[in-house]
Amino acid sequence: MKARGLRALGVAVAIAVLWEGAKTLFAIPAWKLPHLHEIAGDFVRRTGTDQLYLWVIAQNAGVTALESLIGFALGSAVGLVLAIALSHSRVLERGLLPYVVASQTVPILAIAPMIVVWLGTTWFSKAVIAAYLTFFPVTINMLRGLRAVDADALALMHALAATRAQVLVKLRLPASLPYLFTALRLSATASVIGAIVGELPVGSRYGMGVVIINAAQYYNWRPANLWSAMLVSALIGIVFYHLVAVVERRVVSWQPAAAAA
Amino acid sequence: MAAGRGGGVIARGEANVPPIIELASVRKTFASPAGTMEALADISLQVDAGEFVSIIGPSGCGKSTLLRIVGDLVEPSAGTVQVNGKSPRQARLDRDYGIVFQTPVLYEWRTVLENVRLPLEVTGRPRAERESRPPALLRLVGLESFRDHRPSQLSGGMQQRVSIARALALRPAILLMDEPFGALDEMTRERLNQELLAVASETNATVMFVTHSIPEAVFMSSRVVVMSPRPGRIERIVRVDLPPERDEKTRALPRFFELVTTVRQSLRADANPGPRDPR
Ligand SMILES: Nc1ncnc2c1ncn2[C@@H]1O[C@H](COP(=O)(O)OP(=O)(O)OP(=O)(O)O)[C@@H](O)[C@H]1O
Ligand SMILES: [Mg+2]
Repeated sequence: MKARGLRALGVAVAIAVLWEGAKTLFAIPAWKLPHLHEIAGDFVRRTGTDQLYLWVIAQNAGVTALESLIGFALGSAVGLVLAIALSHSRVLERGLLPYVVASQTVPILAIAPMIVVWLGTTWFSKAVIAAYLTFFPVTINMLRGLRAVDADALALMHALAATRAQVLVKLRLPASLPYLFTALRLSATASVIGAIVGELPVGSRYGMGVVIINAAQYYNWRPANLWSAMLVSALIGIVFYHLVAVVERRVVSWQPAAAAA
Repeated sequence: MAAGRGGGVIARGEANVPPIIELASVRKTFASPAGTMEALADISLQVDAGEFVSIIGPSGCGKSTLLRIVGDLVEPSAGTVQVNGKSPRQARLDRDYGIVFQTPVLYEWRTVLENVRLPLEVTGRPRAERESRPPALLRLVGLESFRDHRPSQLSGGMQQRVSIARALALRPAILLMDEPFGALDEMTRERLNQELLAVASETNATVMFVTHSIPEAVFMSSRVVVMSPRPGRIERIVRVDLPPERDEKTRALPRFFELVTTVRQSLRADANPGPRDPR
């Protein structure tokens, strides 16, 4: 644990050295690459309404995190149910899976405004967009996990004359937990992207999407502002990812390899 | 639990009682991209209630397949099968048999105890039984101190003992056992041989027992079915006319050695038993 903290610190220092080194060496102007201390300074500046910017961005990050979390839960539930349904019927899989796949080829940037118009500029519409990006990895991975059950493990259930529901609850679901968590890690970061994209259309007032839009508009004038927004958005995704990993280690405790995968 | 720790009693077939397992002209062909493969050809076998029948034969001769056909886990391509006076399917639905697979097949997310409890959960046994039986079964196979371990923390032989305990959980009338002691050392194996005989005679279970060990087959059985490969057929059935009471002394009887030799020669008769699959 301590070694890992040191390693992370080492990487951060290396990036800082490269960053500042490249800036000096190639004389990169601030509007292309601001100084690190300028980005850090952005957090402690006072806003027009004389608030600490760190506080403002934290509030926006909180809104986005909440929307992502709800979307993540929603999408995971939908993905799980869909996977179970598809795994029980080849006909259903053949009929429905192409549409599930197609749903992900439509650019989210095109879908998001529509969902916002349909559902209004509320937290709910953003959660739905987050869910839209979240359910897919869960469906695909769980479908694989539910089907990848060992033949003899299944034969045992068969020998015990277990019902389909028992096979699902006592064998297929627990056996596919490692698959589920692989998907949930992907979904955790995707849900943050979904929520942010959902905040981009006009009408939203809070969230990292709004912060990013504003910062992008004034990029030439205050480049550090977009960088700080980017940093905080990434941080939400990273925290989510690690939360899932922590839960995974507790739930899939029988499989030490799962944590490393 | 283990009433006669010293050994077990082997039941003899009784002429007027119908056999509990009956296979008549059973065939099995597997289809593969390379063509069809005949795994079993014309297997006819009758097992009487309470009998202990061992099946021995070179790797790939269809022993596991034969066991799975009896357990309704594989469909025969031809022939008829009766188990406990019913179709194998009905016998399976009635949970008339317990099975030990060639590999332990433990659920890795369950503890050792929970694995043994699985059959009791699936069949919805009363809570009292679900709680009292698994520890007793673990004691029987000598693993009570490992009840809360994960299967991955156990050796292969210990895992197989867990799967034996699981197969006994419902006190089935029939035990189908596929090389249950393959991964055990000689001492543990001999101890468990006797334990199994004791349990089988105590519960009046009929056992179909696949093994690669000739002495084990002779020691345990009322009859030893010797199979020959490609396609699998019954080469010979050796009736074990040893005293029904089996214990340490049995292994020292001259007749025991004669029977071991007989089985060995029957195995040689047709093909050299190939090396075992590393499965
Ligand atoms: N599901 C299957 N599909 C195709 N072929 C199979 C299948 N199961 C078994 N076979 C083939 O049937 C033959 C008999 O297999 P089986 O597992 O019954 O042998 P075995 O006597 O138990 O061998 P071993 O002693 O190595 O366990 C083998 O040649 C095997 O390749
Ligand atoms: Mg086999």
